[in-house]
Amino acid sequence: MSSFLSSSIGKKLIMSLSGLFLVLFLLVHLILNSFLMFDNTGELFNAGAHFMAMPVIRFGLQPVLFGGFIVHIIYAIILTLQNQKARPQKYASQNLSNSSTWSSRNMFVLGGLVLVFIAMHLMHFFVPIQIQGNVHDDYQLVKNLFTNGSTGLVYTGLYVVGAILLGLHLAHGFWSAFQSIGMSNIIWRARLEKAGYIYAIIISGGFIIIPLYLHFFA
Amino acid sequence: MADKVIKELTIKVWRQKNAKTAGKFETYKINDISGGTSFLEMLDILNEQLINDGQEPIAFDHDCREGICGMCSLFINGRAHGPDDDITTCQLHMRKFNEGETITIEPWRAGAFPVIKDLIVDRTAFEKVLQAGGYISVNTGGVPDGNAIPISQDDAEEAMDAAACIGCGACVATCKNSSAMLFVSAKVSHLAKLPQGRVEASRRAKNMVAKMDELGFGNCTNTGACEVECPKGISIANIARLNREFLSAKIKD
Ligand code: HEM
Ligand code: SF4
Ligand code: FES
Repeated sequence: MSSFLSSSIGKKLIMSLSGLFLVLFLLVHLILNSFLMFDNTGELFNAGAHFMAMPVIRFGLQPVLFGGFIVHIIYAIILTLQNQKARPQKYASQNLSNSSTWSSRNMFVLGGLVLVFIAMHLMHFFVPIQIQGNVHDDYQLVKNLFTNGSTGLVYTGLYVVGAILLGLHLAHGFWSAFQSIGMSNIIWRARLEKAGYIYAIIISGGFIIIPLYLHFFA
Repeated sequence: MADKVIKELTIKVWRQKNAKTAGKFETYKINDISGGTSFLEMLDILNEQLINDGQEPIAFDHDCREGICGMCSLFINGRAHGPDDDITTCQLHMRKFNEGETITIEPWRAGAFPVIKDLIVDRTAFEKVLQAGGYISVNTGGVPDGNAIPISQDDAEEAMDAAACIGCGACVATCKNSSAMLFVSAKVSHLAKLPQGRVEASRRAKNMVAKMDELGFGNCTNTGACEVECPKGISIANIARLNREFLSAKIKD
């Protein structure tokens, strides 16, 4: 078992399973957030938020989610460090732009920036709602962030950028996860790549539209 | 039609005395190279010039000079085997370059492929990976009669496609992680697809991957650059198969 987890393919398996778990989480997250746009009184979104705050979910699923993130990040660091070490002397000139996509070469940078975004995002909503517990109207909290006088536009912009970075991570990550598990071949590769782009556009587009909608129309 | 002649080229090339000394780039000028000259012939001409000037010629690997042995290497202008697809360096011609261009030539760069001299690297690591399982242990006899062992056309084709790997190392050289997964997956696949090789498939996948990891090749992150630069067009679908073979072998344990 230990030789399995320390092997290159074993580490990739952990990377891909944790990644796919996060992929699923994002889908749930987006569906809940879309409630922000369907009911301007905020009742629908608040109902969803209350559901997610139920003890089973809060104490049962949330630790799993955090665990998933931590595993994904730890293995991302291990893999990236090993990969840097595998080429002690770099090329003076290397042209990779015609043989691979930019996102595929910059997964660590993209993931790292997404992590910075997630940290900010947790400070905005998770900390006041779940740690401090002094929020009565979740909808209003979210809306205020994006509409507040001088900072509303800044945060709207930051959330749009965060969604774009996440989209780029997923544009490579989705297909890559299936390849790592071995669930790909010449035919399925094309399909999975397409599905990955569609998924990335839905997630990224969704998380871009919501803050824009709140800022300009709510 | 007469081939174009390039009047002058600047060659910026990595020179390194041996594995222990630090190397550096040197630049040389070369004149009147016809477009039909192969890249290695251009280096031959340059070397003759160097010898006539009393300097040491540039050491580079080569053997068949027809794209079948995998000896020639070279990272040319930032790409393994230079600016053309599906070829080895010996199949690259000077017509791909422009008048007055500076051509940068580097050895394969990977911790597992240390430089021996100038542009020559030690690719023994590939041999070690093969010795860890890239063979069939039993004597399978002479060539069997056609159709004596039924093998589907698709399987035979896929096995043959994977068997086209010439072990050149361009995949490792290109990969941003110096991963050897394309090479190892080709070697595992061409045997796993055929009944003679199937018997030892699990053991082979485990041992070859373990050796590959031990030798310091990086971890694959599925960028796909290897298959684009591979002179034999080995597909990364083979890497998915290697992942499958390895994971199912480990689960069975
Ligand atoms: C919601 C957030 C995230 C999702 C949905 C996600 C999803 C994924 C997926 C599906 C993969 C492909 C796995 C594979 O190739 O086998 C991946 C790869 C990767 N992720 Fe994330 N990720 C997220 C956050 C992060 C964070 C915060 C980091 C932090 C550094 C990160 C770093 C990486 C790296 C470096 C890879 C490439 C590893 C490799 O291909 O071997 N990701 N991610
Ligand atoms: S897989 Fe392609 S690039 Fe890699 S060693 Fe074999 S022939 Fe060369
Ligand atoms: S010298 Fe044999 S492949 Fe180039």
